[in-house]
Amino acid sequence: MSGDAVSGEGAGGRSWPLWEVFIRGKRGLNHVHVGSLHAADSEMALRNARDLYTRRNEGVSIWVVPSAAITASSPDEKDPFFAPSGDKVYRHPTFYDIPDNVPHM
Amino acid sequence: MSSDNGVPSDNAYEALSEGGDDVRWAYGTGFADPLEGVDTTVPAGTNAADLTAYCLMLGDDALIMSHRLQQCCTDAPELEDEVALANIALDLLGQARLLLSRAAAAEQAANGTGRGPADDSDGDGPQPGEDFYAFFRAEREFRNVRLAELERGDFGELIARLLVFAAWRLAVLRQLTSSRDPVLAAIGAKGVKEVTYHRDYAAQWLIRLGDGTAVSRERAQAGLTAIWPYLPELFTPHEIERRLAAAGVAADPAGLRGEFDDVLAQVLPAATLEVPDVPPRAGVAGRTGRDGVHTEAMGYLLAELQSVARADPEATW
Repeated sequence: MSGDAVSGEGAGGRSWPLWEVFIRGKRGLNHVHVGSLHAADSEMALRNARDLYTRRNEGVSIWVVPSAAITASSPDEKDPFFAPSGDKVYRHPTFYDIPDNVPHM
Repeated sequence: MSSDNGVPSDNAYEALSEGGDDVRWAYGTGFADPLEGVDTTVPAGTNAADLTAYCLMLGDDALIMSHRLQQCCTDAPELEDEVALANIALDLLGQARLLLSRAAAAEQAANGTGRGPADDSDGDGPQPGEDFYAFFRAEREFRNVRLAELERGDFGELIARLLVFAAWRLAVLRQLTSSRDPVLAAIGAKGVKEVTYHRDYAAQWLIRLGDGTAVSRERAQAGLTAIWPYLPELFTPHEIERRLAAAGVAADPAGLRGEFDDVLAQVLPAATLEVPDVPPRAGVAGRTGRDGVHTEAMGYLLAELQSVARADPEATW
């Protein structure tokens, strides 16, 4: 009757691992990170993602990735990582005329 | 990356929304009316009183099962499953609304009085017909199978019940897609997609519980055993079902056992669970849920379901 049905291994049981969820919208070109969830394995993570993040008709495709598998840059490294590209305007192809029939530049 | 140069922005929901939609709605749109363009007149040669009763049977199955699932809100083992169960409850509630509205329309056609207008006059929201059936009928007038109303057990029991319910209902809805009643066919087509997921969700969980720890296996087996006596009722046609099946309108439950058994024969061995060896739970003088004869749990369930609407019958929402 109470909520202990699955965590019957007793108090202090560890919770399921964390997964990051990426969803591609109906007209989206790429998968977009929308949030995270808990699940015991990848199949359950996929279904939980369907139930949590596509309830409002958002998606046509879901990726789930173990959060532990993601290596992220640290805020401490922000300046050495990203500041050096801030003044190199010549890296943008803005000096070319882009033909009308080239999308998604 | 910023959105300065027009590439998809950092806002996940903005990136998911469709171009051209009102930006206030960050989520997907394009919701479809399952009954759009469907002829809603009672097909010729169909007994409208029978059709009313049949729509109540299938509608009550969904309504009562939905209520049991709703009771798990804030009480599921994990937040993720709480949402999953609520989603399933909402799917079933949607099916109940369509079916009870269909019952109201058929009753109108049968005797010209009906229980209030069944047409969608204000565009959305509960209609008098479906509200009447849900909130102002007595227990004996509900025609759901007893499986749906049983007192709620633990998560193992709920999953076992959901698997049996969904596997059976999916077979029913699949047959309805070729019903001579275009409304039932449309409801079947909508429901098949929903209930396919319900069955998948329940099967996945039953396998995890059965093939999990000793405790989870014991509970899953106990849940399966608790609901098993109510299984034969699902495949015993009521005379109304038999008549409408012969007329090409209803699904004949007697013919669905094969598909159901095939599904269970795949899931139960994978879950290392055994088919319970328990006798069926008899009705009263052969009468069961389809005849309005219910278990003790039904009265308590209806009291909870109906009390607010009965306290203020004029209320609108």
